[in-house]
Amino acid sequence: MSLQIREISKYYGSNLVLDAVSLDFKPGEFIALLGPSGSGKTTLLRTIAGLQFAEGGSLLFDGEDITGLDARKRRFGMVFQNYALFEHMTVADNVAFGLKVRDRKSRPSSGEIAKRVENLLEMAQISHLADRYPGQLSGGQRQRVALTRALAIEPRLLLLDEPFSALDARVRKDLRASLRSLQRQVGVGAILVTHDQEEAFELADRIAVMADGRIEQFDTPANLLKNPSSPFVAEFLEGSEAYNHSGAGI
Amino acid sequence: MTVSTSRPAITNPKVLALFRKQARKRALLIAIAITFALIVMALPVIAIFTRAFAEGLAIYWSNIIMPETLHAIWLTVLTALIVLPINLAFGIAASWAIVHYRFPGRRALQTIIELPFSISPIVAGLCYLLIYGSMGLVGSWLDGFDIQLMFNLTGIVLVSLFVTCPFVARELIPLMEIAGQDQEEAALTLGATGWQTFLHVTLPKIKWALLYGAILANARVIGEFGAVSVVSGNIRGETMTLPLQVQLLYDDYNATGAFAAATVLTVIAVITLVLRSAIEARHPHGH
Repeated sequence: MSLQIREISKYYGSNLVLDAVSLDFKPGEFIALLGPSGSGKTTLLRTIAGLQFAEGGSLLFDGEDITGLDARKRRFGMVFQNYALFEHMTVADNVAFGLKVRDRKSRPSSGEIAKRVENLLEMAQISHLADRYPGQLSGGQRQRVALTRALAIEPRLLLLDEPFSALDARVRKDLRASLRSLQRQVGVGAILVTHDQEEAFELADRIAVMADGRIEQFDTPANLLKNPSSPFVAEFLEGSEAYNHSGAGI
Repeated sequence: MTVSTSRPAITNPKVLALFRKQARKRALLIAIAITFALIVMALPVIAIFTRAFAEGLAIYWSNIIMPETLHAIWLTVLTALIVLPINLAFGIAASWAIVHYRFPGRRALQTIIELPFSISPIVAGLCYLLIYGSMGLVGSWLDGFDIQLMFNLTGIVLVSLFVTCPFVARELIPLMEIAGQDQEEAALTLGATGWQTFLHVTLPKIKWALLYGAILANARVIGEFGAVSVVSGNIRGETMTLPLQVQLLYDDYNATGAFAAATVLTVIAVITLVLRSAIEARHPHGH
């Protein structure tokens, strides 16, 4: 389950927002795309998801070319920045959605769907919320539901678009830990888009630092701090070094 | 816990004088509003029913079940039944296209959809006659195939489509613009097809606005006079919709018949009003 990004270029009008970006992800790896706003990280994530299509380059998943594959056929679970929960459905129905829309051949029976949803909610520790509507949930609970919904489709890859940005600092810390443990438990690779160094350093196995539509450096957190490849990376990561020395685990 | 204490009354004479002045202004405004509503709106409605029942229930009923009036009611209902689904489909498609896609002619489409609001229905009717009539551009060509569009149900449906085309799109576009398409994108990444996404995600979001637009469009179809009168040909017992029938009966000096038929239209209008406020009460955000 590895993803290869080959020379992806994307324009908005005449603006180049992704400049021949190439990245190789290993199976099961947790990757962070880290950069200031406007660096192209969300565009890259949406291109991987199939919600946008690049003018140049290609995407390979397990060796299969998925550049022109419809988003719905990619089976990449995505957590949106504002969670995009289905407001008119209960939490359980939100989580079941991806299973219910499968074609008849691969769709589990309704009893089986219910069972699976139950297990997923339990795993995410939100069983007690099953019958609530998104409007009745706190920000942290909404995020958990969004993540659980994305995991329900047994995704080949998990895509996370600034999933913590709408939460206050305390909730954020809690959820980071549970996201990481859920991801490990399921054993699925994940790509996290964030502008928050602390978040990237705590969660990711490797971090791709982005600026102006290019990858400045792609390495493990430790190596990024030890050998920043450019003044930009060094400067951008200055804040995280202090965090690192404070003894928080990577 | 609030301790209940009696609030001391305001005794300052200047403040009291100001209050009295404000109260007078308020009373005047309320009086104007109510009088206006009574004279302009309520009284005519009451008059319709009083006149229709003036000669007793039996006469009223016999006027309603006159074959020509019954046929007019049926024709009106039939027109609404044909026009509404087409209108809904067009309204949804147009709103979706305008909100979600950027294409040349998008602004023009948005303006054209609103055109029927600003054009006089009778002018619209004449335009249709000019194009689709047997002397018209399209009409004369179709005439060669023995197809006649005007002076029959087709003509009535066509102009009814024209006058009601903005209602649904007008309700949907602002709503869809606010809602964005995050949920649709989420559905897509979860494996839903376009149709499933529409059915399970988009439709529940817009259903009240859709119903609201449909009710308004329906009221307009049923009540439309000008445009329909031009293209219907006014054939007795054949192409008379209810509003046309009211006019016809009145011109025939059958005032009771005219008012009896008018009560049917009025009842439909009142039902529309009730449904409309019920939807607004339930979903105040939409409007």
